[in-house]
This record gives sequence, structure tokens and C-alpha cells, in this order.
Amino acid sequence: MNLTLRIWRQSGPQDKGRMVKYQVDDVSPDMSFLEMLDVLNERLILAGEEPVAFDHDCREGICGMCGLMINGDAHGPQRGTTACQLHMRQFSDGDTIDIEPWRARAFPVIKDLVVNRNAFDKIIAAGGYVTAPTGSAPEAHSVPVAKADADSAFESAACIGCGACVAACPNGSGMLFTAAKVTQLSLLPQGQPERYTRVIGMVDAHDEAGFGGCTNAGECTVVCPKGIPLTTIGRLNRDYLAATTRHADTPGT
Amino acid sequence: MAVTGILLVLFLIAHMLGNLKIFSGASSFDHYAHWLRELGVPLLPSAGFLWIQRVGLLAAVLLHIWAATVLALRARAARPVRYAHRKKVRGSYAARTMRWGGVIILLFVVYHILDLTTGTLNPVGDPSRPYANVVADFAPERWYVTAFYTLAIVALGFHLRHGVFSALRSLGQQTPRGEQRARAVALVFAVALCAGYLVVPFAVLTGLVS
Repeated sequence: MNLTLRIWRQSGPQDKGRMVKYQVDDVSPDMSFLEMLDVLNERLILAGEEPVAFDHDCREGICGMCGLMINGDAHGPQRGTTACQLHMRQFSDGDTIDIEPWRARAFPVIKDLVVNRNAFDKIIAAGGYVTAPTGSAPEAHSVPVAKADADSAFESAACIGCGACVAACPNGSGMLFTAAKVTQLSLLPQGQPERYTRVIGMVDAHDEAGFGGCTNAGECTVVCPKGIPLTTIGRLNRDYLAATTRHADTPGT
Repeated sequence: MAVTGILLVLFLIAHMLGNLKIFSGASSFDHYAHWLRELGVPLLPSAGFLWIQRVGLLAAVLLHIWAATVLALRARAARPVRYAHRKKVRGSYAARTMRWGGVIILLFVVYHILDLTTGTLNPVGDPSRPYANVVADFAPERWYVTAFYTLAIVALGFHLRHGVFSALRSLGQQTPRGEQRARAVALVFAVALCAGYLVVPFAVLTGLVS
């Protein structure tokens, strides 16, 4: 099939950037979206032009590197799918596809479609860890964890930090990411010692990074390739309320 | 947002129940309005309770608007470069219209106070005869007043549909089943409140109350 692409081109952080139109012919429906961009880039290189820069790594939907706004949809039209796992059969011959980077003040564009997601690392550094030496996997029955808690923690731990939640949020908020990381640890015994300092530290880091505030609009969970539920934000809120009322002066308990 | 919103919702419930007294007749409705003024006398001066309530509500409204403004400004700052191609918000129509819906509701409240509290914009405008004020207000020849009230109440309904759910979530609602319940409660509550408020102007319009 033949496609018209309109891609955001920006030579560097200081460049103003613009949408540039490209024609890509003979695209196989079995190609992934990134393979289609590879085809375009090979052609651009042969023509002596600058190829389109985009982030990618594992190309099997688990690393969280790729992330494109495709026709206004974070990771494209297919739900529960990263851009690398999106196949061209989702599009039709003759389509025009708009491709933009994640738009957020906390995610400045480095080049073309590549953004700097260092802000997520800062949120993790502010509390997304446990200090207890956990060593290798413990004996499963030594510390009882309720099945429902284990399942919810695992569901949150599936977050790959791709940033689609921020990209789709009408407020440019990174609360789903922050909530997933908080929930994952606050439901497990290993996460209890820092439970209440963690939530305050991570929310503060989130706000300092320049993300917007959450209004529970629910866009994030729709586009999340890992289906992180909106309920994690409720868990974060509950921990935050507990931390700021009952546990205000007692870090670590 | 959540705490001030809940205070305002409590007032909305009380106000709606008070409005429905119009169906028990002119003397009962007017008596209720006078009773509100005499509430707490002699402990409070006349209309003292109402003024305490008004100050409380004004504080809640101002804090609610302040919080909403902060959120809106943060949202604007968080995305300095806009998308060239942006899909509409899929979460819900109610979530998408919270900010402009809130502005409509604010304008309505200003009009509503000038209309039925001070009586400035009311054809009767006699604070001692609230029943007559209401009947004159929604008379069939003043259909545009009823239309504006309907628009504002429907905007309020949408505001509450997302607002009630969002407030529960902000206060720590955290289970998937609870989320379904919270959304259902918000929807039923919004529809019930809309119906409770709209039944009065439409009863006057159709001549059921005269």
C-alpha cells in the first residue's frame, strides 16, 4: 500500500520544528510501524537526506523506548499495543498518517520524534525503590502476600515507562506512571518501610518536573500499552492522604 | 477540588429539596423561605443562618475556582507545544467539558442570585413572596429564562457526573469494583439532581404550579 506521512522534523532542541510530508510506497501490511519508518529512512539516506530520528529498542513491546503520537493516538490506533508492535494492516492504502513526538514540557524534544524522558527517572529516584536488601527470590511462603494484592502489584509493575500516559493526558500529567510505580511497591511487604515518604517524594518530583495535575480524565489508561488501570491513581491518592495527615512527621512508617 | 466540591454538592441537595416544597403550595413554600431566615433565632440574628451559609458557600466556590484555575494553568504550562493532530478526549464528554461547564455554571449562579435572591432581574422581585417570584419567573412568555435555566442545570449535571466520580477518586477510591460503583453513583446522582431542579421551572411552564 501507498501512504502519505506527515512527520515532525526538528533538527535539535533549539530548532522550531515543522511537519514535513513524505510519500512511502509499497508498504507491506505485515510490516510493523517502525519497519515502515525504517523503509522511509533507508530511502532518505540513499537520497542523501537526514533520516527521521525515532526511539526504539526491543521492538517486542516490553522495553518502553518507542513512543509516537500516530494520528493523535499515543502508540497508534490499536489499544494495548506499543508503536513497535503496531502493524501496517491497521491502516489502509492511501492513508495520510500524522506522526508527532510526545508533547510535554517535561519531555523536551531532542530530535525529530525523540524526546528526553529523564523526568521519569527523577520520579523513580525520588522513591521508586526499596531499601531492604531483597537478594534473590525469597521462599514464596515466608512472607504471605494476599493473592489480590500480588495480582494488583504485578499489574502495576507491568508499566514500561513509555510516557504514553503523559502524551495523551489533556493536562500533560504523568500521574498514571507515578501511581503505577507507587502501587507496585505499596502493595507488597518489601515496599512498606518507605511507603509514605515514597508517595510524597514521587509526587513532589512529578510536580517539579513540570507535569500537569491529574483531573481523573482517564485518557492515560485508554492508551496505556500495558493497560495500567486508573484505580492505581486512587491508591496513590489514598497513600498521599495518609502520608500527609497521619504520617506527617514519621518517615518510614 | 474534592472537598470544596462536596460542600457545594451538599448545598445543592438541600437547595433542591427546598425547591420541591413548591409542590406543597404557596403558603408552605413561603413559610419555608421565612423559616430559613428565622433559623437559629434568637441565638442568631434574623437571617443569621443564611449569612453563615452564604459566607461558607462563597469560600467553597472561591477555593473551588482557585483550585480549578491552578490545574488549568498547570495543564497549559505542561504542554507548551500543541499537537498538530489531536483526537478528542475519549474518557467522557463530562470530563472534557469540566472547565467551560464550570464557567457556564458560574455565570448562571450570578444570574440566579440577581433573579431569585435579590429580585433585581425578576418581574415580581419581592423577597417576601418567593412563590410569586418563581411563578412569574418561569411563566410561558418568559420561555427563554426557562431555556437558560435548563442549559445551566444540564451543564451542572455533566459537571457532577465527572466531578462526583473524580472527587471520590481524589479521596482515595481505589478498587476496580469501587470505580464502577463510583461512576454509577455519579451518573445516578447527576441525573436525579437535574430532574429535581428542572421539575420546578417545567411545572410552572406547563401550568402545574401557578
